Amino acid sequence: MLAGLFFYLFAGMLIASAFMVIAARNPVHSVLFLILAFVNASGLFVLMGVEFLAMILVVVYVGAVAVLFLFVVMMLDVDFVALRQGFLQYLPIGVLVGLVVLAELIMVLGAWTLGGATPKTLAAPIPAGITNAEALGQVLYTKYVFFFQVSGLVLLVAMIGAIVLTLSHRTGVKRQDPGAQAARTPETAIEVVKVKTGEGV
Amino acid sequence: MEFFWTQLWPLLLIAIQSLALMVALLVFVAFILLADRKIWAAVQLRRGPNVVGPFGLLQSFADLLKFILKEPVIPSGANKGVFLLAPFVSVLLALAAWAVIPLSEGWAIANLNVGILFIFAVSSLGVYGVIMGGWASNSKYPFLGALRSAAQMVSYEVSIGFVIICVLLCVGSLNLTDIVKAQDKSIGMFGWFWLPLFPVFVIFFISALAETNRPPFDLPEAESELVAGFMVEYASTPYMMFMLAEYVAIMTMCALTTILFLGGWLPPFPIAPFTWVPGVVWFVLKISMVFFMFAMVKAFVPRYRYDQLMRLGWKVFLPISLAMVVVVAGVLQFTGWAP
Repeated sequence: MLAGLFFYLFAGMLIASAFMVIAARNPVHSVLFLILAFVNASGLFVLMGVEFLAMILVVVYVGAVAVLFLFVVMMLDVDFVALRQGFLQYLPIGVLVGLVVLAELIMVLGAWTLGGATPKTLAAPIPAGITNAEALGQVLYTKYVFFFQVSGLVLLVAMIGAIVLTLSHRTGVKRQDPGAQAARTPETAIEVVKVKTGEGV
Repeated sequence: MEFFWTQLWPLLLIAIQSLALMVALLVFVAFILLADRKIWAAVQLRRGPNVVGPFGLLQSFADLLKFILKEPVIPSGANKGVFLLAPFVSVLLALAAWAVIPLSEGWAIANLNVGILFIFAVSSLGVYGVIMGGWASNSKYPFLGALRSAAQMVSYEVSIGFVIICVLLCVGSLNLTDIVKAQDKSIGMFGWFWLPLFPVFVIFFISALAETNRPPFDLPEAESELVAGFMVEYASTPYMMFMLAEYVAIMTMCALTTILFLGGWLPPFPIAPFTWVPGVVWFVLKISMVFFMFAMVKAFVPRYRYDQLMRLGWKVFLPISLAMVVVVAGVLQFTGWAP
């Protein structure tokens, strides 16, 4: 009873905030609604009993990705009028993409409900008596360890690529070298000079 | 009637428990705030607040009255909705973390299997209050403070995450109660994780300072550069809520340090006079001790420069904590101590 109530609460909020992401005039408001949508999605995950994924969703998407997203959107000087102008021009493409996604969703749902044999074909059903994280780890590090490693490698390559693209060593910039600073002693840093009166250094 | 007992009563019970915990926590925060100012004053050979009530004990409550009775000012250029939402988000997220913290054995409102992840998630959301407040103020200093805070909190979360992984490797569970129970050994306080995992304990403590924007890492509100950072445009109750959220978040970090490294509600030695004391007393004592260290750091250490802060987070703590994960995992694997 209560679970059903919470399901409709989270689902309704999710859809409403997802709609507001595209409806809000201010891009920062859009990102804030996107964050609300993420949080509600993680609520739905909790209701389904996949608490580990729910928390990871919040930590990764809301806690890190959306922060950087918000960071960028806040810094941009967006011209709202110019943003509105292209709306009708891109509408047909947007509608087309939306229809394709809708059709795919219907097909997935159809296969899920009409097929009937889904639970038997699940790759790795969660064994009873162990927690979410443990079940996930047992599958991820045994059966799918190769894919896991490869996806890690892909991310590493992407990270190195981003660093290579943005890193630029300008010359002539004074940088702090904490090691050299800490290694200074009175002998290397101070010179004691006896100054004779009337002569200067 | 049956519907009431099976469905509504558990909900009502949780609400009552949450309310009780919240009231206790807020009263505790009021005295912690006073303690912060008193300790700071003592280090500087001042007396600190000593006028309201005996020894100034009621100072925080006087401040509360003052904040509530003042006029809330909303700048005309501000984005009103987000401006007022920001302090609410801060307080809500700060308080939400306490839902899973076990004060004593079985004394948690929600004994989640992913408790530590819940706290990590909620505390990583704390940055939103700051960013929203800074952006919605539509003013330069708050915006700079918000940007600094976004970068700072994301950076230090990384090392906190790795530190938590180190502890979790030794425990084998994400449940906070299990983490405390794993430290319950016959040698008492020397069996708690602060001793075997001392390097990560130090990293965690410093990262916790940065994560909660405490001095020496209080760059989002560095008063010598940014006046008051993201809080410049806030007055009266909204300002008080930011302040409250900050101190509740500090309490959360103290509690997390206690649970991860200082044995939670366990007595320092598992022998007679210590075991008579209820667990919650030990828990509060340990939180107070960790907070005392927080307060002393505030009094001792000058503020970091922004680039130094980033260097410490990414070039020092990240490699060390990453290496510690490998070392801890390797030791556990080869000695067979892994749970």
